[in-house]
Amino acid sequence: MTTIPTPRKPWAATPKDRVRDLAILIGALVFTYYFVEITPMNGKLAYFSIFFLVYATFSGTYQGIKRGSAAAKDAIVNSIVVVGAVATLIPIGSILATVISKGYKGISFNLFTTDMSMATPTDPLTNGGILHAISGTLIMVLIALIISVPLGILTALYMTEIKGRFMRPIKFLVQAMSGVPSVVAGLFILSAILYPITKSFSGFMGALALSILMIPTIARTSEEVLLLIPSDLREAGVALGGTQWRTVAMIVLPAARSGLITAMILGVARIAGETAPLLLLTGGGDKVNGNPFSGPFGSLPYYIWKSFNSGSEEAITRAWAGLLVLIVIILILFISARSLSSRKVKR
Amino acid sequence: MSSAVEQVTPREITTEPRRSDRVFRGIVTAGGFSSLLILGLITAFLGYRGFEVILEEGFGFITNSDWSITTDEAGNVVESNFGLAAMLVGTILCAFIAVIIAVPISVFSALFLNFYAPNWLKRILIAIIDLMAAFPSILFGIWGFLVLMPSVEYWAKLINKYLGFIPLFEVKPYFVTRSPFVAGVVLAIMIIPIITSVSREVFAQAPLDRIQAAYALGATRWAMIKAVVIPHGRSGVIGGAMLGLGRAMGETVAVFTVLNIVFQVNWHVLLGAGGNVASLIILKFGDASPYEIKALMAAGLVLFVMTLGVNALADFIVKRTGKSGR
Amino acid sequence: MTSAEMLTPENPKVLGTGLEARGVHAWFGKNHVLSDINLNFAAGTVTALIGPSGCGKSTFIRTINRMHEFIPTAAMAGEVFLDGKDVYASGTDVTKIRLKIGMVFQKPNPFPSMTIGENVLSGLKLAQLKVPNKDDLLEECLTRAGLWKEVKDRLSAHGGSLSGGQQQRLCIARSLAVAPQVLLMDEPCSALDPGSTLRIEETIRELSDSMTIVIVTHNMQQAARVSDYTAFFLSDGGPGEMIETAPTSEIFSRPKDKRTEDYVTGRFG
Repeated sequence: MTTIPTPRKPWAATPKDRVRDLAILIGALVFTYYFVEITPMNGKLAYFSIFFLVYATFSGTYQGIKRGSAAAKDAIVNSIVVVGAVATLIPIGSILATVISKGYKGISFNLFTTDMSMATPTDPLTNGGILHAISGTLIMVLIALIISVPLGILTALYMTEIKGRFMRPIKFLVQAMSGVPSVVAGLFILSAILYPITKSFSGFMGALALSILMIPTIARTSEEVLLLIPSDLREAGVALGGTQWRTVAMIVLPAARSGLITAMILGVARIAGETAPLLLLTGGGDKVNGNPFSGPFGSLPYYIWKSFNSGSEEAITRAWAGLLVLIVIILILFISARSLSSRKVKR
Repeated sequence: MSSAVEQVTPREITTEPRRSDRVFRGIVTAGGFSSLLILGLITAFLGYRGFEVILEEGFGFITNSDWSITTDEAGNVVESNFGLAAMLVGTILCAFIAVIIAVPISVFSALFLNFYAPNWLKRILIAIIDLMAAFPSILFGIWGFLVLMPSVEYWAKLINKYLGFIPLFEVKPYFVTRSPFVAGVVLAIMIIPIITSVSREVFAQAPLDRIQAAYALGATRWAMIKAVVIPHGRSGVIGGAMLGLGRAMGETVAVFTVLNIVFQVNWHVLLGAGGNVASLIILKFGDASPYEIKALMAAGLVLFVMTLGVNALADFIVKRTGKSGR
Repeated sequence: MTSAEMLTPENPKVLGTGLEARGVHAWFGKNHVLSDINLNFAAGTVTALIGPSGCGKSTFIRTINRMHEFIPTAAMAGEVFLDGKDVYASGTDVTKIRLKIGMVFQKPNPFPSMTIGENVLSGLKLAQLKVPNKDDLLEECLTRAGLWKEVKDRLSAHGGSLSGGQQQRLCIARSLAVAPQVLLMDEPCSALDPGSTLRIEETIRELSDSMTIVIVTHNMQQAARVSDYTAFFLSDGGPGEMIETAPTSEIFSRPKDKRTEDYVTGRFG
């Protein structure tokens, strides 16, 4: 038996390479600092862009001298690509940091136990809370789920199980529907139901508009999930003499269960913070209202909107706190969707 | 082969579904058509409510930019003018600014995710970017107004200072607050996650054997991307950009918070006077008369048709990639 | 043609002084797939690597031009010398290595977005090389790949419009344009019909005057037809090993190892 050498990765960066990269980075940083200092430029933007230019030039020149013009271009594009990724991440970092740092001041016990019926947004933060908003959003999301889950899943089943003649047009329509501006969905409910039939604001109207926005998300995600179900499962069901209906109900849908739940969660995440249709349809009450069919109906986005537009410092803190609650909800929805779908992959 | 050979007619195979299956197929098909029904109803109802105004204003509904109602002392409407021109121009302007800013950033970050980032980082970043795509627009609006706007206005002043000789960047009178540029930057941040994930997906489908062929010919990573990945993904990226454009045109709350709405056509991107159809609806809805509501419905219809068109184009372009990207 | 003649080629076009693999091992993660390969490829010869599927032949040639490292979990040990220099030595520019060691893949893979002419010259563009006369180079490469007559009138057609065999010869022409010293061919005919296979084999014979060729093949007749030397690889469940290497005629007429004999006579594999 011959001795086996240890596996190596000769292509990985050597310590020498790392030192060199670090040297270029530090050199660019130092150069940028002094360059911005001696010129009349200032501000984060100046540092950021000059640093990028200097770094790209330094590494491009180095590679160009060492390995030729193709390598120089490659090195420059390297830096541009990283800038693209950083530019994508800066806003999300800033958004999260701001919401957390400004929002936590507005979080208190009474926030979750009281509503705004005895308070105005400009009151001190010890007055009032968002109970009405959370309960309102919850009820509307539930109603929207009841309406859009069947429609969304039926649409997905049409595309994966029936594969009818109209599959392509319907696929397009679902895609088009996901592009319907939320304010248009609101206007539609206003024109089709609120004005001619109910003639008053209510949570149900808001939920209807939210359903329109939710159906395409559920339909598309469910379709993707159902397509992952191997077709031999379906054939097995039919070959055993089952009807298509039984095969779908007993085999296909249960097999796709966790994926379908993911679809619902993503649908909820899509609409939880939707604001514009609620401004048109719900009337935005300040009091906990358990009846979605009558009376002004509060919701988190409406609360945030109203507080933000009240303008005082307390009101804006209220808006940030509301946003923090909203983001936490969306984050929880997202993490549960992810863990569900990753579990499915493992199985 | 001669014609003497008798043609074999194919036997038709028909399956007669059982009743339960027929019911099942009927229900599923009906559900499948819900999207058609809803989109049809949207068009019908907005059209029905708005047609009075559209008839009254005629073509001017799109070409005029005056939005005013004159009432006499008793509160009766004497004269009303509804024109969307300024809002339409503003909508398109903001959306285009957003797309122009977002596309390069998205393409580069999609390239970073696919070809540069190590696997662990890639997974984290994809999760973060997907999360960002689910952020509500009110969040972008408030953050944009309170945090981003001061910086963007500073950038706007810089652009005006150094590039002000270009008519597009002219600011007269000097007023840069809440300009279309600001709204465009906020919208760009909103659509970057969308365009990034579409681009990432089309780039990931670039054929591996061509990628290897390029590397085997001594290509650097960028040379490979330019020769294989970009040609493969080009129309997918354009489709993604159109999706982003559609989203940006329909965005309401985020634009409303950061844009100064003025009923005058303005092409100067840095000047603090813009328009946006969706924001107009929110702005005017609160104290609108029944007749003005009808005008808003008509405006909604115009917006709806516009986003539908952009989405159809996006869909068409993305579909074409599927065929040509062998 | 005897192999002894090929060892000392008089053709002035021969580039370099050959290729040598010394103690090459390869891993994918913890999986040891290739063990201790020592092979010498003299300049201007054709060497065929034969053996059953999964014995590490393809992995081996991908370690030669450093394509192995594209699999994230990959690792290796040993050295590969080109002109006496280790291609894995630290500070080596990997793109330059791949310029000197060309590769033709199992499935023809012309760039779909480029025309026939652009495909041939794509290597120059990718590596930013300059040549005095592109048209001459284009004609020369296509001629050497045996494709010039068929495509000279439609150089601006897309590569995808060619037949499979033509596409593969286009890929060979593309590799030739950057003037490699070594050409690695990974089962270049396995996706082609017999006629096209024959054309490619002719091309290989003609090219062997001017470069060192390593060809992986499952087809033993092909190995016998085109190669000067043959190396037999085998994996008995563990990492792939090289069992035997010798001039091709010897491998097929009097193999030293029993396993080689079993394989070349078709008793397994």
